[in-house]
Order: sequence, then structure tokens, then C-alpha cells
Amino acid sequence: MKALTTLKPPEHGATVLFDAPGPRARRRTLMFSVIAAVAVLAVIGVAILQLVRSGQFSYAKWGPLIDPTNEYFAHVWARLGDGFLRTLIAAVLAIALSLIIGVAIGVARISAGRITRTPIVAFIELFRGLPVILAIYLVSRLADEFRVGVPLPGDNVLRFDLSVLPGGDLLWVLVIGLTAYNSVIIAEIVRSGVVSLPKGQNEAALALGLTRWQSLRMILLPQAFRVMLPALISQLVVVLKDTSLIAVLGGYIELLKMSRLVIENLANPIQVYVVVAAIFIAVNYALTKFAEYVERTLAARTSG
Amino acid sequence: MGVVIDNFDLYLSGFLTSVMICLWGLIGSLILGVIIATFRVSPIPILKWVGSAYVTVVRNTPLTLVLFFFAFGLPELGINTSYYAFGLAALIIYTSAFVCEAVRSGINSVSAGQAEAARSIGLGFGQSLTLVVLPQAMRTVVPPLGSVIIAMFKNSAVLGAFGVGGDLWSTGMDLSSAQGYAPLPVFIGVAVGYLCITIPSGLALQVIERKVAIAR
Amino acid sequence: MHRRIIGSRSAVVGAALMMTLSACGSIGGANVESRVEVVDNPVFDEGTTMARIVEDGRFRVGIKFDQPGFGLMRLEGGFTGFDVEIAQFVAAGLGFEPSDIDYYEAPSQRREEILEYDNVDMVVSTYTINDRRRERISFAGPYYIAGQQLMVNADDERITGPESFTEHPDATVCSVTGSTPSQEIQPYLANVSQLVLFDVYSKCADALRTGQVDSVTTDNVILLGFVAKSDGEFKMAGEQFTEEPYGIGITKGDVAFCEFINEQVQLAYDSGAYTEAWLDTAGSVEGAQTPELPEFDPCT
Repeated sequence: MKALTTLKPPEHGATVLFDAPGPRARRRTLMFSVIAAVAVLAVIGVAILQLVRSGQFSYAKWGPLIDPTNEYFAHVWARLGDGFLRTLIAAVLAIALSLIIGVAIGVARISAGRITRTPIVAFIELFRGLPVILAIYLVSRLADEFRVGVPLPGDNVLRFDLSVLPGGDLLWVLVIGLTAYNSVIIAEIVRSGVVSLPKGQNEAALALGLTRWQSLRMILLPQAFRVMLPALISQLVVVLKDTSLIAVLGGYIELLKMSRLVIENLANPIQVYVVVAAIFIAVNYALTKFAEYVERTLAARTSG
Repeated sequence: MGVVIDNFDLYLSGFLTSVMICLWGLIGSLILGVIIATFRVSPIPILKWVGSAYVTVVRNTPLTLVLFFFAFGLPELGINTSYYAFGLAALIIYTSAFVCEAVRSGINSVSAGQAEAARSIGLGFGQSLTLVVLPQAMRTVVPPLGSVIIAMFKNSAVLGAFGVGGDLWSTGMDLSSAQGYAPLPVFIGVAVGYLCITIPSGLALQVIERKVAIAR
Repeated sequence: MHRRIIGSRSAVVGAALMMTLSACGSIGGANVESRVEVVDNPVFDEGTTMARIVEDGRFRVGIKFDQPGFGLMRLEGGFTGFDVEIAQFVAAGLGFEPSDIDYYEAPSQRREEILEYDNVDMVVSTYTINDRRRERISFAGPYYIAGQQLMVNADDERITGPESFTEHPDATVCSVTGSTPSQEIQPYLANVSQLVLFDVYSKCADALRTGQVDSVTTDNVILLGFVAKSDGEFKMAGEQFTEEPYGIGITKGDVAFCEFINEQVQLAYDSGAYTEAWLDTAGSVEGAQTPELPEFDPCT
């Protein structure tokens, strides 16, 4: 956001990089625009031609998705709706859990001494460096081990079956995997949120006689949350996208896997994927805009 | 963890394949990303529009969906190639949108006076971009671009899990399902392979970030 | 300010949890009538798998989600196929309605694993009985004998059987990683590059349609399913060249459960439900022959 403020708002179509165009430049821009438009139209045209030639605009392929009178329409949307709901559930659970654990880790890192900080930093770096899909996969393997029992010292066996949780084991493998990754991301967001606050805030709190912990809890974190909120909403976009990783691994049926199964019945991959992409784009775009709105509102409030 | 030591050569070749995938992905997404970024800052409205539409669409779509679209959708249009090529193309398309945004934010971070000075000595859009703004932008671009590259390396695991073959993930899959090793230790080995790249480069990035911060 | 945000967030989580309860991790069966009588409150010996399933109140079955004729998610919800029917016969004996079964996806390369790690109670997924698998799990059945065959594009005259791959070293054949068919076809190949492996057969069928591969090989009925779905694009090539007994995968050494499953399948066969189920699913494809129930292997 800081970057944007250095860019002056364009006056008469000018930006930093180019002057407000004179008559010659305007002609040139117009010429380039026409060339670019022709090129863009040509690319779109070729694409459409290719789509038509391979029968991608046929009713058989689009009807089940867009025509409410089509015999499959209701079923297809019931399935996709179910898949979308499952995606939302996994994403919301993962972000909520990540928030709780992330704040805990972040606070631990801020308030820990130099020695206790090392294992926390190591933990954060470890999970930050792991591909999310691998985190999910490792969680599913661990869930397997715990289901059959992990031997403990003294002939004890630790058994835990994730399927006792509401929603079932497949959901929780995904949620825990996503949480493992995102909680450390959120921990870093929390830390940078607190670090970004003016030093005086903490000093004033301590001068008032609050303990370090009280200052953190009552003065610093509440303010940091305000700074963090846009970043947290943006992280929800990441989580929402990452739920679909499970479609590659197999297990929980979310939107992408569900669409794959719908395609198995209707043989229209391009059409279904376009629709599913549109759903993802719409939701994520709305979330991004919301994050920007929150950021603006909060910025206005703090500066005012 | 004996499995990792016993099959170290397999792990190594998988690791190198993963690195190769990322090198190609890096080259492709840098080229594509810079082109799209140029579109976005250009004075031509239609190119601006194309650039921002591209970024909006790609950034908000999961990599897995891009991958599925390429691998299962494109063959319907008669476009056929190996999973490797489909996977690489999906990785490049996906990453390029983030490269574009990193480059664009770098361009925007160059102070207006620089571009104004460039224009005042008579440089045009292309000249002021390539000679004055981009060289300076590159410095600010390095930290976010570094994060994008590290993220791409991590994302390459998705390609492996999808069945591109030969990479670090596929090596783990082969050891655990075909050769019957217990999956957990096998994949902890795979995880170490990914961490070998991501942690050092993450630390290096922090150092660079600090250096760049001082230079300003 | 922050308090309000946290408050609303946890409300969202609560709502999500409520929804989760209705949308289970695995997918339930379709709301169909059972072809065989569902036993009311069956009683089993203490310590048997059957007793545990009844006590848990859930019956977890691994099936294919994308295999026409045997295990396919229906657009209407639930699953359809001959394997699904077999699962319903067993479920009926345990007192479960078809809609009460929890279905899990059982990809070919992970079937032994999900049984060993107790992800599911049994696997019915066009699962060929062989000794290598018997080292890790046990099989009930067989409930059907399939055979491996080839599927090609309808206009293909070149491939007429597995022998064609030695004659045409450039012809490729697609199968699934770790599957029996992928191993059975290898002796017929002139070189290894002729074999293309994917993780599910649907990808093979896509690849055949688009010309990425020249043929697909697996058990005949699976191929017949694809042929039926292809609107004349695909055809079968040559004769069945192996015998593939399909079994029901269960935990290694669970003799009581194995015998119970066999009993249920036998009952369904005797009542005619087995044949009915066959004709409604995999057997609905033209040219498919109605099978007789094979003799069961001894339970070990």
C-alpha cells in the first residue's frame, strides 16, 4: 500500500511513466490502441474458432450448466453447490483454527526470550518452507498412524481417530493440513502487526504499570489486529484456493473434486472448469475488494 | 529414516528434477510476468485492461484448477502434450500473475521524480521504463519476487502429486506405494528435500531485503 | 473494535460446524431400496468386525468414484455400479440401508494402504485377487471373474489384440499406476515406452479420445463401461487375455468377516438380487454376459 501512495493519481490520463499526451502522442496512442485491439481480437477470435470447431459451444456441453430446463441442471448445481459448501466449510474452519493457533504462536514469539524464541522461529520456518500440499499429505499419514495407534513408552498405545470429529476424518485432514501452514503465516502477520506499532505504545503501557503481558494483550494486540485485518482477509483467499489441493491427493470432496466427478458424468471438462473458475474468481475477488475496503476504512480512521 | 539414506540417489535425482521444473517455470513466468506488467503500466487502455483481467483471473483461481483445466480441458480442443508440459504451462501461467504484481509494485515504488526527470530529458514511455524506472524498480522487486519464486518451488509439489513424474514428490510416491516403504518416513524425506531449498532461500531473501532497505 | 470482529468470526465458525454435521467428510449412499432384505438389529459375536461395525453405527466402504458400471458418482447424488450393489448386499446383512453406507474413494495404488490403516472396513473396487496383495490384506469372494482386454478408437484397425504391440512398436497403451493390468500387458510390449501410466482410468480414456495414446487396457467390463459412455467413439479390440477374479478387500486375517461377506453375496445370488444388480449396472452394456457367481476362495 505504501508503494501506491508514491504514485500520483493520473492527471488527464498521465501517469508517472508518461506525460499527459499531446496531439502527436495521442495519435500514436490511438494507433497503438488500434493495433493492440486488433491483436487482442485476433487472439480471442482464434480461440473462439478453435472452441467452435471442437464443439465446445454445443448445447449438450453447456445445457446442464446454464439451462434451468435441462434435465441435469438441478442435479449438477446441487452437486456443485454441495462441493462449494464443503470448500467453504474447510476454508472457514482452517482460517479460524489458524487464527487461534497463529495468534498463540505469534504472541509466544514476541514474548519469548532469546533462547525460547529459537524453537518457535524454527517451527515457523519449518512449516513456512513446506509445500502446503505436502503438509496436508503428512497430516493424512499422521492421521493414519494415530488411527491404528502410536506406541508410547511403557506399553501404552496412543490412539486417535479423526472421524470422531464432526464432519469426518477426510475434512479434518484437510483442515489440519491447511492450519499447519496458515497458522505460522498468521503468526508472522501478528508479529509484524505488533512490530509495526509505534514503540511509544508499549512504553506508555509499561509506564502505566502494566506488565509486559498486559501491555501486549490490552494495548498492542488490539491495535495490531486492526492493522492485520486486511492481511487476514487476504489469507482467507489463499486458504480458499488451497482447499482444492486435496483434489489432487484424493480424500475430502470439495468443489474441484466434485466438478471432476460431474465431468465424469457429462464429459464437458472445459465448461465445468470455466464455471468453477468463475465461482472461485467471484468469491476471491469479492474478498480481495473487501480487504481493500477494510484497509481504507481503517487507514482513514487511524489517520483521523 | 533409513529409507532416505538407502535411496539417497533416488531422492537426489527427484530433487534435481524438481529444481529443473522450477528453473523452466522461473524463466517462463519471468518473461510472461514482465510482459503482463508492461501491459498494466502502458498508456494503451486495451492492454491495461487485458493485463488486469489476466491478473484478476489467474490470481483468484487455484493452481490445481489451472492444472486440471490444462490437463483435462485442453485435450478437448485438440491440444495434446505430456503431463510434464501441461504441468509446467499451468505453473508458468499461475506464477506469472504474481511475478507481474511484484514487478508492477516495484515500478510504482520508484519515486515519481525519477520518471519525471526521465521524461523531462525527452525519453518516451519505453525508454523511461527500460532505462530509468525498471533498473531502479528491480531493487524493490527482488524481495517480493523472491517470495514468488520460493512459492513456485513449493507449488511444484502439486505437479508431482498430480503425476508429472520423476520429481521429488513422485520419488516419494514410488518408494511408498510401489516399493512398499512406510509412507510417513518416505515423505518426511521428501519434506526435507523441499526445505533444503525453501529455508536457505528464505533466509537469503531476508538478508537481501535488509540490504535493499539500507540502500534506500 | 477487535472484540466485535472476533465475536462475529466465532459465530461464523459455529455456523460452519453446524453445516459440517450435515455435510459429512465421506459421501453417503443413494436413497435407493435395498434389493435384499435389510436385517433388523443383527447380533454378532463379541469382538468380530461385524459387531464393531454395528456398534459404531457406520459402515465404511472403499469404492471407485469414477468407474462406470462398477463405481460412479451419480449426478443425482450417491453412487451407482456393481461394486456398490455388492457393498449394499453386505450392508443389508449388517442392518444398514443403502443410504447409510459411508463411501470413501479407493484409488488403485492406495487400496492396501487404506485397509491396513483402517480408513475403511472393506474395499470393493474392481479389486483383483492376487498373492502379492494377499501378503498385506485378505480377500472375500471372488464375486465376479473379469478379464483384461483392450479398448481402441472405433476407427483403429491396427490393434487387434495384445500381440499387436510387438508388431507395432510405436503403438502405445494406457493403464493405471500400480494396477494388475499395467503389469499383465508388459510381456506383450516391444519396449517400455509403449506403456503410459496415469492414476485413474478416466484419464486414460481422455487420453485415448484425444489421441495421446492408442489404446487402453484393463478389465473388460470397465472398458465396456467406457465404450458405452463414448457414443461409438471407442470399441473393444481382441479377446480377453487374462482371468481377473474380483475380491472384496478386508483386513488381513479377518476370517469371520470374510465368511460373513461370502454368505451375504451367496444369499443375494440365490435370491436373484445379484443378477438383477448386474443387469442394472455393469451388465447393462451391450455384449456383456451375465456372470454366474464364482466359487469362493477359502477364507484365510
